[in-house]
Amino acid sequence: MNSLVVAITLFVLALLIGVEVIGKVPATLHTPLMSGANSIHGIVIVGVVIGAASADSVLGYVLIFLAAVLGTMNVVGGYVVTDRMLEMFKSSTPKKSEARATIATKEKTK
Amino acid sequence: MSAIDTIAWFVYLLAAVLFVAGLHEMNSPKTARLGNRISAFGMVLAVVMAFISLFAKGFVSTTAVIVLVVGILIGAAAGVISAKKVKMTDMPQLVSVFNTVGGGAAALVALNDILTSTEGPGNTVLVTAGLGIIIGSVTFSGSLIAAGKLQGIIPGKPMVLPAQAVWNNLVILCVLVSFVMLIIDHSHTVLWALLATLFALGYGLLFVFPIGGADMPVVISVLNACTGTAVAMSGFAIDNVALIVAGALVGAAGVTLSVLMAKAMNRPLSSVLSGGFGGDNAAVGAAGDGPDGIMRETAPDDVAVQLVYADKVIFVPGFGLAQAQAQRSLADLGELLKEHGVQVSYAIHPVAGRMPGHMNVLLAEANIPYEELVDLDDINPQFSSANVALVVGANDVTNPAARRPGTPVSGMPILDVDQAQNVVVIKRGRGKGYAGIDNELYYGDNTQMLFGDAKAELTAIIAAVKELID
Repeated sequence: MNSLVVAITLFVLALLIGVEVIGKVPATLHTPLMSGANSIHGIVIVGVVIGAASADSVLGYVLIFLAAVLGTMNVVGGYVVTDRMLEMFKSSTPKKSEARATIATKEKTK
Repeated sequence: MSAIDTIAWFVYLLAAVLFVAGLHEMNSPKTARLGNRISAFGMVLAVVMAFISLFAKGFVSTTAVIVLVVGILIGAAAGVISAKKVKMTDMPQLVSVFNTVGGGAAALVALNDILTSTEGPGNTVLVTAGLGIIIGSVTFSGSLIAAGKLQGIIPGKPMVLPAQAVWNNLVILCVLVSFVMLIIDHSHTVLWALLATLFALGYGLLFVFPIGGADMPVVISVLNACTGTAVAMSGFAIDNVALIVAGALVGAAGVTLSVLMAKAMNRPLSSVLSGGFGGDNAAVGAAGDGPDGIMRETAPDDVAVQLVYADKVIFVPGFGLAQAQAQRSLADLGELLKEHGVQVSYAIHPVAGRMPGHMNVLLAEANIPYEELVDLDDINPQFSSANVALVVGANDVTNPAARRPGTPVSGMPILDVDQAQNVVVIKRGRGKGYAGIDNELYYGDNTQMLFGDAKAELTAIIAAVKELID
């Protein structure tokens, strides 16, 4: 069995897992989901690192440089902004939403 | 397989497992943040492993490695800055920019693989790398235009060339020819690869320019799927399991979300992607089905009275709310009413905002607990028992015209706001929504209009409510 056959098998199975897992994400999280999935395609940076091993021409250097900048921006920016978003999702249980809870108690005492 | 390759294979596999686990944890707002971090940890593992392989197996040129490291540092800085600085209202643009850079990087990796394959790339590499180049390039230019449209740098209106279909077909033909030549003409591999890149970039432009701004959320989803596929193709070309699995996961996410979005707008995906929707009121006006009746205006004090004496209030936020930066004011009003014993909930239309789930993020930023945000299907039966529905900056998603055929919004699932006892609409001006048509809700017998800036009006209502309660 050659490696392409194995690779295609992996691809199809991963696709199925993806559909299954993503279908369970609630609508309220679809924006962080999309941005999180976005950071995952930053995995292309691994391809850039591997590609750098064989680059030895000016065109090759330019390609590697551009790909490294773009890929890293994708992966780092994606994870940071997703984390920033998810940090804001708070439940109405008192301990989680401190800010609002303090306002609430203030007004109750009034 | 050498020892280091075997180790690397398993580390990449572990990274892929962590990506799936991370996505799985996103099934609840409670665990989502942890999920994102699990996924990020997998990414760190994969990148560290790639560097270990690079140094263990050696490289042809030191320059390439220096260039690589400098590029990574610049990219990381750009990523952190853009992620920290972006306003939550601008999230769709940022996602689109990340699609741009991801697609671009995937195309470059594939191009580099063709360029550096010793004794000529084999057919497998040519086909998969060729596909990686083409899909990656379409995503690159297409996402760039999508980001420009969302940011307002490029007009959101559909921009259609004369004889657009002819141009589309011509460019697609050029892409196909260069792809086939890339595979069969082994003497000019680089030339054909570059031509394929160029034509694919051109097709990306032709693809997104004719699509209206209102449909950009779906376009972003589709381009997200494309980036995933491009990454997977590059993964096939360089035979790397991490790229293949991660690419497939993102592809699945993109396709799933695109289908969901298209369903929420009740339009086939193909109709969205063929473009031309939105901003065209001429045809509607000519058809002569503009709503009859008059709009009734109200004042903040009257609205406050209605809200305070209500048992149940439903807020209907739209993107206009975020544009006026009034999310926090709305949250304050909601909190005030809840303290007074009024039942408050927020109705979230699937396409509220500029991407799937966008409104939820914007309201989360204003500290509104996610339990109070209710989806379309769950909130619609509740409107008839609501005393007041307060619509702030939402337009097309509340238009009852969607219930009958023959209008640009026909068939689109809407929030049944008109079923509420009283409807109050806060609106900046008398302008039309993204679909470019009049909203019949505004002419309803139970509807009152409050024209003005959402933030100013909400602040006035809050002041009036406080006076009434005290």
